[in-house]
Amino acid sequence: MSVINSKIPEGPLAQKWTNYKNHQKLVNPSNKRKLDVIIVGTGLAGASAAASLGEMGFNVKNFTIQDSPRRAHSIAAQGGINAAKNYPNDGDSVYRLFYDTIKGGDYRAREANVYRLAEVSNSIIDQCVAQGVPFAREYGGLLDNRSFGGAQVSRTFYAKGQTGQQLLLGAYQALMRQVNKGSVTMYTRNELVEIVVVDGKARGIITRDLVTGELQRHFGHAVVLATGGYGNTFFLSTNAMGSNGSAAVKAYHKGALFANPCMAQIHPTCIPVHGEFQSKLTLMSESLRNDGRIWVPKKKEDAEAIRAGKLKPTQIAEDDRDYYLERRYPAFGNLVPRDVASRAAKERCDAGFGVGTGLAVYLDFKSAIDRLGRDAIEARYGNLFQMYEKIVDENPYETPMMIYPAIHYTMGGLWVDYELQTNIPGLFAAGEANFSDHGANRLGASALMQGLADGYFVLPYTIQNYLADDIRTPRMTTEEKEFVEAEKSVKDRFEKLLSIKGNRSVDSIHKELGLVMWDFVGMARNKEGLQGAIEKIAKVKKEFWTNVRIPGNKEGMNIELEKASRLADFIEIGELMAHDALNREESCGGHFREEYQTGEGEALRQDDKFAYVSCWEYQGTEKEPKMDKEDLVYEYVEMLQRNYK
Amino acid sequence: MEKTINLTLKVWRQNGPKEKGRFETYQVSNISTDSSFLEMMDILNEQLISENKEPIAFDHDCREGICGMCSLYINGRPHGPDEDITTCQLHMRKFKDGETVTIEPWRAAAFPIIKDLIVDRTAFDTIIAAGGYVSVNTGGIPDANAIPIAKVAADEAMDAASCIGCGACVAACKNSSAMLFVSAKVSQLALLPQGKVEAKRRAKAMVAKMDELGFGGCTNTGACEVECPKNISISNISRLNREFLKARFSD
Repeated sequence: MSVINSKIPEGPLAQKWTNYKNHQKLVNPSNKRKLDVIIVGTGLAGASAAASLGEMGFNVKNFTIQDSPRRAHSIAAQGGINAAKNYPNDGDSVYRLFYDTIKGGDYRAREANVYRLAEVSNSIIDQCVAQGVPFAREYGGLLDNRSFGGAQVSRTFYAKGQTGQQLLLGAYQALMRQVNKGSVTMYTRNELVEIVVVDGKARGIITRDLVTGELQRHFGHAVVLATGGYGNTFFLSTNAMGSNGSAAVKAYHKGALFANPCMAQIHPTCIPVHGEFQSKLTLMSESLRNDGRIWVPKKKEDAEAIRAGKLKPTQIAEDDRDYYLERRYPAFGNLVPRDVASRAAKERCDAGFGVGTGLAVYLDFKSAIDRLGRDAIEARYGNLFQMYEKIVDENPYETPMMIYPAIHYTMGGLWVDYELQTNIPGLFAAGEANFSDHGANRLGASALMQGLADGYFVLPYTIQNYLADDIRTPRMTTEEKEFVEAEKSVKDRFEKLLSIKGNRSVDSIHKELGLVMWDFVGMARNKEGLQGAIEKIAKVKKEFWTNVRIPGNKEGMNIELEKASRLADFIEIGELMAHDALNREESCGGHFREEYQTGEGEALRQDDKFAYVSCWEYQGTEKEPKMDKEDLVYEYVEMLQRNYK
Repeated sequence: MEKTINLTLKVWRQNGPKEKGRFETYQVSNISTDSSFLEMMDILNEQLISENKEPIAFDHDCREGICGMCSLYINGRPHGPDEDITTCQLHMRKFKDGETVTIEPWRAAAFPIIKDLIVDRTAFDTIIAAGGYVSVNTGGIPDANAIPIAKVAADEAMDAASCIGCGACVAACKNSSAMLFVSAKVSQLALLPQGKVEAKRRAKAMVAKMDELGFGGCTNTGACEVECPKNISISNISRLNREFLKARFSD
């Protein structure tokens, strides 16, 4: 029996959020000014929360590792943002958006949270339009929608291929307006390095000024982590170079539960790895699968000739091509969800039919160009084709693109209850940093929706409910012993890192970790491989703590020191992901255990045993983490095997 | 098939904002022409670390041309020798074997150097804070389709809104003017009914802040438009001037 309390409000599903808002506690305007809220991160979730709480009158301190809040990685999201507006009159509703998200997540998300997400989705679009976000429009002047994977309706709002950028700039501008008013204080190039807990409640953070190297103490009546996901554990991912999981690890060390760490999304359409020097992987938007057809050669000898450079894809006859998604999934074809498309590409490449380096498949626009004309394809995807050509130096109008899956997003994250509060009172987590809404697989265009829902429309209510009990708590001086001790522990840790003076660069060890993760904790996992991975990660950890080389010292800007500190935390996340993947003896969404598949190679859930959120509790550096369970109860939706055939 | 090249790099090194900077010369060899410019910098840094030297500090993050963080001045051009790209999208196939490549930070009084190739672009945030927004709070908003907006205006606003705030326009300008950056935001918001309400106030506030922060004046050389990785048009500057004049006359 689960001891974890998710604090789901009473009442029917559609009434829960309204009930919550009707009965939550409020803070009056004069008291708001006396309450400090720390928000770490300035992506969609962080910036929207900081702006909204600042507008309400709280005293907000907002932190980012970048030089400006506008750089957060939300900016790179291409495709769009979902909402249940039903403007196209095609039968959408709050319930349908809720249902598609639950099903897309392979029945591993909480019903009440997901329903609230669908419920507030419409307000997000209203908010963004009011801010001047230039969404795409029809000639009549109304908003345009497009379709995305995993849905039968068109509910995705978009701004060219730069939706994330435009939504983030909207939130950023609202944030800068509050900075101008003095309700938000902005700390740039400043990284959270420890969380301060006083009498069991989160009361502040220690940060490192990345320009001067100075450690700083900051008090807050509440602390919000909106620090994104941990996909860079794999070294190569579509995440930005600086994206990291360190804030989540600091919280985990302080006793916060880490939920579903093994749930990572592998995006099927990325530009393949091309060499050892590669630093990151570039995503090609999911929207390309609307018109592109995915194939590999039917004959192994053709695939071999292509890999050897003796044959070109355009020379392969139509009958000798295997459009394997259309063959395996005739109903959804090239538009199956991300997890299914990724696994199918891996299956073909593992069987020896891959092209390029052997780890790539074709995404071909020839039939779309023949049918619609080159101009139509250029109008739809011109910027993506140009980006591909700049990187690969091949013209995708003439020769098919090569693509391969890559790590893209992490559904797992800090465990939070309905109020987005972790199990440490006063410590909240929002956006990709929490685990809450996507279950085992996230649908396209839902990350932007969740980040902004958390920041604009959930946290402003739930934080207030928490702070209402804190109006008599005066601001603490950061001379309190908990702050002094926290700063000391950080100082010791940095000194330890600098004293190793080994022979290997941070990146070389990170790449080693990434390979272990990709090979054994990646797209297909099995018991033996995961057990081996845990041992291999332990070796990487030892290598890191005995042989890393960090030039320079702790004063001033030291980029290698920043990277080393983050890598130490990625290693812990890697361990946690492997433990979680080993424990979860089923396949669901992005988590595929080879032992648990149907005769046709599809994911096989074990609902009788694993319909729960795994919540990992830290036990100390040398001890294995302990797992608690939050049982998932489905009252409104029937759990079915996903079928895209 | 993969081709490799050898290069001589002249890189600006500077320990801190108040320290004196200098060029250092480095050699890199066997660089794949398929690698990106920043991956070449990674290789150089690995080389320096193996020699127990401090790696070169440079700003970068998304490495796909959208975050606006990368900011190198390569062979005298912001973002280097290719069109419509950021530094992170520049690839080594644009360079010749044996070539000498000069790498500098953005040079502008309003963007002081922090270390090596990293500059401080906080001034851009300060300009936005002065007025680069629509003054609405969260919640209590009318339906998104309540006000129709002509597609042409929405598309034009989107083009102006594509600015990534990298600062190449300032780096390219002989006067270090921020007019392209400021005009892009003023245009985007002035083109939309939501932003029109306070268009005059916005133009005045942003221009005043830009002047205060030490950016130079615009003399219409057009260098900013040429080097802008997102093709922001200088027609936005004309629109800013119109908005600004309207604001002055109505005072």
